[in-house]
Amino acid sequence: MPILALNGICKRFRAHVALDDVSLAIEPGEVVAIIGRSGSGKTTLLRCINGLEVPDSGEIVFDGRRVERSRAGLQALRREIGIVFQSFNLFPHLTVERNITLGPTVARGLPLAQAKERAREVLRQVDLEDKIAAVPLQLSGGQQQRVAIARSLAMQPRLMLFDEITSALDPELVGEVINVLEKLATDGMTMILVTHEMGFARVAADTVVFMHQGKIWEKGPPSRLFTAPATAELATFIDAILPVGAGVMHTIR
Amino acid sequence: MNRTFGLSEFLFIVAAVRWTLLLSLVAFVGGGVLGLLIAILRTMSSRFVRLLTSGYIQLFQGTPVLMQLFLFYYGLSVLFDMQVDAWPAVALAFTLYSGAFLGEIWRGSIQAIPRTQWEASACLSLGYFQQLRFVILPQAMRISIPPTVGFLVQLIKGTSIAAIIGFVELTRAGQLMVNVTFKPMIIYPIVAALYFLVCWPLSLLARNLERRIDADLGIKRHL
Repeated sequence: MPILALNGICKRFRAHVALDDVSLAIEPGEVVAIIGRSGSGKTTLLRCINGLEVPDSGEIVFDGRRVERSRAGLQALRREIGIVFQSFNLFPHLTVERNITLGPTVARGLPLAQAKERAREVLRQVDLEDKIAAVPLQLSGGQQQRVAIARSLAMQPRLMLFDEITSALDPELVGEVINVLEKLATDGMTMILVTHEMGFARVAADTVVFMHQGKIWEKGPPSRLFTAPATAELATFIDAILPVGAGVMHTIR
Repeated sequence: MNRTFGLSEFLFIVAAVRWTLLLSLVAFVGGGVLGLLIAILRTMSSRFVRLLTSGYIQLFQGTPVLMQLFLFYYGLSVLFDMQVDAWPAVALAFTLYSGAFLGEIWRGSIQAIPRTQWEASACLSLGYFQQLRFVILPQAMRISIPPTVGFLVQLIKGTSIAAIIGFVELTRAGQLMVNVTFKPMIIYPIVAALYFLVCWPLSLLARNLERRIDADLGIKRHL
């Protein structure tokens, strides 16, 4: 049984159709990479999953239960689904440790001592144990993003959403965040990523979803999608985002 | 025959500082509670609540404090059909006046916190008041220190208007001593200096507080 099922999700912002009848099912342990041009609806889709955007129609089923749009329903859902944002969104007035313990203690009622232990654990997972007492502004972008991942992990989610989490990073910092993602994927975390890191999508994703004009245009294993795109739109997209050198090679061949 | 301006006259004026301070304190604390409530209500979505709170703010920001004082002073007298003491009237008027201004200052500070902070905390499953308590208000507080202290200083000086309806605070005490000694150019500079002595440390305190918070946040700023 899929852990998450989206059935006929539609969302429009005024005249702009952001999502047009999107259906998608995700199995436990699956790693799904959503790719596509900006404005194709990737981020909106991700935000609909944990209720940051409310779909105009369609239903979302998590773990066999239809997601209720009430405040309490969303709060319960967000205990199970973690999200990491492009711009980190750490709490700048709190230490790394408090950033991580806040959710478990305040929202889940975990005793502080246990939450601190868990903070240490998740920081070890992202290899930042030594920054436990720092405040966010003292950290590099890559470190902040790893803390954000740790913060989300501390809630022990069953599904994690990643919204272009390397896009705001300097190129030399992308690697350390990708490493963490790969480790998570290997550990069996169910993940949905909106990403421009095609290398990562190719290696770590089980399924790649190509979105275009608010629709799921193409979907399949990376081995097929990247080498044998079925639609002209995906072919053009792949050509456009391939590294310059590779693109040239492609043309010469 | 004029009285001479001596130590006892001077002490009478100094002693009146406590009424200025007490009135300011009551107005600031009362107005603070009211203002926080207003600020939070203003960021909520109910249209009726927003209309009500914005009406209150417009009313108190759009009319002179002196008129508010008169209305409360004479209004309370009419309401209870008896001569009302100046104290409850000025305390009430200044509290409501402060509530309106602090409410606006703090609403602005709350709304200056990026939407993404609300989102990030919501995604950690925090409820609305938990978000306010742990994430939004602590950050809004940092932003609101300069305008809040600025308002407090204005308020302290503004309480001198209470002298007009006969409430004996610092300014009124000075007036009384001028009336009996006729030494305005000695007494009013003293009164002004006393206001300054109260207000100046507050500005210093605010700047200090900002620096401390900035240091905690890892920000280096030149003031």
